[in-house]
Amino acid sequence: MSDTSRRSDDFEAAAKGSPEQIAEFDDHHRGFVGTVQHFLHVNPSLVPLIVLVAAIVIFGVLLGSKFFSPFALTLILQQVQIVGIVAAAQSLVILTAGIDLSVGAIMVMSSVVMGQFTFRYGLPPSVAIICGLFVGTAIGAVNGYLVSRIKLPPFIVTLGMWQIVLAANFLYSQNETIRSQEIEEHASILQLFGAKFNVGGAVFTVGVIFMLVLILVLSYALRHTAWGRHVYAVGDDPEAAELSGVNVHRTLMSVYMLSGLICAFAGWALIGRIGSVSPTSGQLANIESITAVVIGGISLFGGRGSILGSLFGALIVGVFTLGLRLLGADAQWTFLLIGILIIAAVAVDQWIRKVAA
Amino acid sequence: MKLAKLAGAAALGVTAMAGSAMADGETVCLITKTDTNPFFVKMKEGATAKAEELGMTLKAFAGKVDGDHETQVQAIETCILDGAKGILLTASDTSSIVPAVKQARDAGVLVIALDTPLEPIDSADATFATDNFLAGLLIGQWAKATLGDAANDAKIATLDLAVSQPTVDVLRNQGFLQGFGVDLADPNVIGDEDDPRLVGSDVTAGNEEGGRRAMENLLAKDPTINVVHTINEPAAAGAYEALKAIGRENDVLIVSVDGGCPGVQNVADGVIGATSQQYPLLMASLGVEAVKKWADEGVKPENTPGKDFFDTGVALVTDKPAEGVESISVKEGMDLCWG
Repeated sequence: MSDTSRRSDDFEAAAKGSPEQIAEFDDHHRGFVGTVQHFLHVNPSLVPLIVLVAAIVIFGVLLGSKFFSPFALTLILQQVQIVGIVAAAQSLVILTAGIDLSVGAIMVMSSVVMGQFTFRYGLPPSVAIICGLFVGTAIGAVNGYLVSRIKLPPFIVTLGMWQIVLAANFLYSQNETIRSQEIEEHASILQLFGAKFNVGGAVFTVGVIFMLVLILVLSYALRHTAWGRHVYAVGDDPEAAELSGVNVHRTLMSVYMLSGLICAFAGWALIGRIGSVSPTSGQLANIESITAVVIGGISLFGGRGSILGSLFGALIVGVFTLGLRLLGADAQWTFLLIGILIIAAVAVDQWIRKVAA
Repeated sequence: MKLAKLAGAAALGVTAMAGSAMADGETVCLITKTDTNPFFVKMKEGATAKAEELGMTLKAFAGKVDGDHETQVQAIETCILDGAKGILLTASDTSSIVPAVKQARDAGVLVIALDTPLEPIDSADATFATDNFLAGLLIGQWAKATLGDAANDAKIATLDLAVSQPTVDVLRNQGFLQGFGVDLADPNVIGDEDDPRLVGSDVTAGNEEGGRRAMENLLAKDPTINVVHTINEPAAAGAYEALKAIGRENDVLIVSVDGGCPGVQNVADGVIGATSQQYPLLMASLGVEAVKKWADEGVKPENTPGKDFFDTGVALVTDKPAEGVESISVKEGMDLCWG
């Protein structure tokens, strides 16, 4: 009896000799790697930016002024403008933990509507453009409704929509190409995004400016508005977002409709870039945009990453493509390196995730 | 139980459909690369009309996209199963399709390659095609004659189809280079020539977007390019946009192959200097006739004398004829164009 009471008095004895510190965040002893990891976690677009700058420097050294000139560097911007715009739309959807496989189809469909409404029905080109933008937004709305109300997985919804819209595009256009000359003569506003201006050897097009402005505006909206926070919250955890008062349905609808609208603008920009309205364009835009987004460091699991990264991702692809072609490498090398980059980007994303915010 | 019923109903439906199709005449299959490219649309049109005329049933198949080999193999298998008398095939992958073609021929089906020769060419019973090498040769000769003495220090870019170098791509490219007077090295390979006039080549996927990007890439390599060979007219239209963007659209000579209506119109407008026109409708209708003859008399089609395929003809379309190169006018080209 006395034994037990003596023992019970001795509880603290077991703790003797153990560290007397209490639990705390070990912020100051993270070490160099940890610091880098934390910094990248806070600035998700930094990795693609570093890769982009490195790629430009390497090709610049290898190729000299042929590559490292205002003309060549702005040419890359022109070459990635379509993918860049579409990648902006794709980023929004992926931030909500979705994926949009129909972006390229929406883009082509919108451009075909703009062209055919002008030339087949004789509508004023500006009205036809508005119709095209409307069609893009409407397809996005259908995607959004199916995802948020009917609760179908985004992958499935947009996989179906991709085929539906592409088929509709071919059926409606009868595979007819509207030639550049006709458009220039009768509806030059359709080619507006192709208009270019020179700034000291650098050549910019309206499409390039549109892409840059679009990304900056979206970047601001995502970081500094309530809507932006809702998008991230929905992507991170829709139930938690719902419970904390976010209207998940409205947020998803806004994202998919905006995505459709941006794709329609990409369709308009496409006419500016290739001159004509061609129903066979842009069929790989979905894969190219997802590539840009992933290399740009936006997590496919939603809720993480910066839209600026997607722009860098698109530019990295553009730099590799032009740089390797100028070096005279076989085009397959581009695909090979892009493939490595995609896997590396996801690996880096996983590594950064290990750190607490 | 429900599932079994459903499957039963579906099977019934399929049988009914097959039954109605079998009702009239022998079956001839047409398998194209896609059913969206106007060239193949025209081919289907020609085949359908001829099959109707001869009282045959035409079944058309196509890959989902250019290069969709799987779907083409499936289509061949379906045609064998269906008891088709003949298959008219535009192969996406000219060598990988050969085992499937052999399977069809072993089953007594006549296989005619349309437009795109198989590798090796005698894997099919016959090939009805444009002489793609000649098509390239004509535009090469025309470009050389048009430039005159300037041809000796021309800067040439070639905008090709795909990195896999399909036969049609190689034939047009090498034909053009030979016509222009470039030593070909290996005539089966694009890009092994060492003529200093050649700036380089890039791939376009045969559309406007690819044409523009490829032209931009090559112009970045050498901005003084003044002769451009393009694999087809959409690629040429894209290349023109790239040249227009730097204000050089008037001092670069673009030549192309195909003869589609938008392309011929582009020749009229001076976007393209000259194009070699081919005749898909003719290829398809002759193909259907050959299958009919095979079904009725068991006779296989013969090649054009001196060639290892049946030549369905090609004509150079331009309004600026060059001496020593036979050509037809844009107006004549317009009457024969497709798409």
